[in-house]
Amino acid sequence: MNKNSEKQDRGFFSGDNIFSFVRLCSGILIVVILGMIFFLLVFHSMPSIRKFGLKFIWNHNWDPVNKDFGAFPFIIGTLITSFAAILISLPFAISTSLFIKEYAPPVLGKIISHMVDLLAAIPSVIYGMWGIFVLVPFVRNIELFLYNHFSFIPIFNAPPFGVGLLSAIVILIIMTLPYSISISRDVMSQVPLELKEGAYALGSTKWTMVRKIIIPYCKNGIIGGTTLGLGRALGETMAVTMVIGNSTNIPKTLFDPANTIASIIANEFNEATGTLYVSSLIELALLLFLISLAINTIGRLIVHKTRIKKS
Amino acid sequence: MRGRIQKITNALATCVIVLFTFITVLPLVLVVGYIIVKGFNHLSFDLITKNPAPVGESGGGVLNGIVGSAIILGISSVIGIPLGLLGGLYLAEVKEGKLKHIIRLCVEILQGIPSIVIGIVGYILIVLPMHRFSAIAGGVALSILMLPIIVISTEEVLRLVPVELKEAGVALGMPQWRVSLFIVLRTGLGGVISGILLSLSRIAGETAPLLFTALGSQFFSLKMGQPIAALPLQIFNYSISPYPEWHSLCFASSFILLILILTINIFTRAIIERMNYKVG
Repeated sequence: MNKNSEKQDRGFFSGDNIFSFVRLCSGILIVVILGMIFFLLVFHSMPSIRKFGLKFIWNHNWDPVNKDFGAFPFIIGTLITSFAAILISLPFAISTSLFIKEYAPPVLGKIISHMVDLLAAIPSVIYGMWGIFVLVPFVRNIELFLYNHFSFIPIFNAPPFGVGLLSAIVILIIMTLPYSISISRDVMSQVPLELKEGAYALGSTKWTMVRKIIIPYCKNGIIGGTTLGLGRALGETMAVTMVIGNSTNIPKTLFDPANTIASIIANEFNEATGTLYVSSLIELALLLFLISLAINTIGRLIVHKTRIKKS
Repeated sequence: MRGRIQKITNALATCVIVLFTFITVLPLVLVVGYIIVKGFNHLSFDLITKNPAPVGESGGGVLNGIVGSAIILGISSVIGIPLGLLGGLYLAEVKEGKLKHIIRLCVEILQGIPSIVIGIVGYILIVLPMHRFSAIAGGVALSILMLPIIVISTEEVLRLVPVELKEAGVALGMPQWRVSLFIVLRTGLGGVISGILLSLSRIAGETAPLLFTALGSQFFSLKMGQPIAALPLQIFNYSISPYPEWHSLCFASSFILLILILTINIFTRAIIERMNYKVG
């Protein structure tokens, strides 16, 4: 015992001090890493920021030959694909988690639930490969049908390539579903049993119970979770890059090839020559970082608020 | 009358929910089924013993990609795991305060950064000063992705360690650091390792951060300072190539990657579930 306390009394260099110092350093290092990421992105996009200023955001041109760069087509591409994907996947995600929690026999619910968790682990590049070999030909047929019969609707009036906005949206829906399902499922398991039983005791059907108890109770959690899912969809790179068709024009129809911020970086960064070109791409990365930071912060605030209210 | 309408809407809603669930699960099953069937058909022993054949020749394998991925993951583990563990210990053990709040916020932000942005950062940080793409750059980029995942999972597990155990250690006269390492970390070890494995399975499939850092290569290489092949990069490059020989390589390597990731996930989830069962 004495020996031990002697060891501890070695003043400044005692094991405890060293350990908590190292632990503190690794904590602070995380802050430093984040700061460094932000600084490096800003520093290396300086040439482009200086040249284009705020105009970078709404400039329509992306012209490496004439050294004129604008982010607008890619911001549009990113927002359209991810918002469309999240909005379309929402009813499916809610239905599936309702099925898992309320409708399915427990065993089946558990199986689907585990399956969804595993699917969330599949890498983006594998979804992208499936997209190239299965989804794009399939989407091309659908586009052909829509083009032949509904081309009077403006968004369907374009030659069907297969690759383009529609394929990107579909692959994003498939990829974000496991994530949205796991969040809304977790929110739904927090609904107190008493409330559900109360509703049943008053003679309500299952659907009335879902509509009056579960949905209102989970609303905020699901909205927050969906926002976090949106943050994921915004930054999704590989699968989208592989099916979106790589065009630097603003998409005018649903079938047009386009680019998201992430996919233009993936497509062009290695081939970019010249300081201004590279730094414009880095500024795009900075933009993507800021957009997803904003969306994630909003999502986290909503989720956090609901958690506090409930506990 | 009202009861009847309710019954009908109830039945309708049930149908819709079941239908939507089916539509949701279907493509997910299709993706996995496609990879497994296609990949299984193209599996061969050459796949894990040979390097890619030149264009036009059939056969060849993805040995260089498997080895390259292992090297990159090794580098990122050496950086990411110790830092992640210490960061997790910090968040789990130090009492609430302003600094801790900031650090937790930074971890969450770091986790939300799109992986392509991390790729750019790896490029700026390592590739630019070194003047060439390298395995190290890939490893560093992946370690930045890995760090927040390990911090969060470690913190969650270590919070479950009963406070009585720590108190017992302190009461026996153990210094604080020994309590942290040999009681807290030791008790939560199973969960901590599961978290590490999950984070490895997560970054093993990451492609975007490797595009501008490891770059990929057609050749077998063990050098840290040179461009190196990686399994996900090969899947990407082969699937966008026009050659059927490369397509079959890409199916097979997707199969390998998928099986690897699913196995790790199934095992670790089983372990975590058992741990939660024991603690809770």
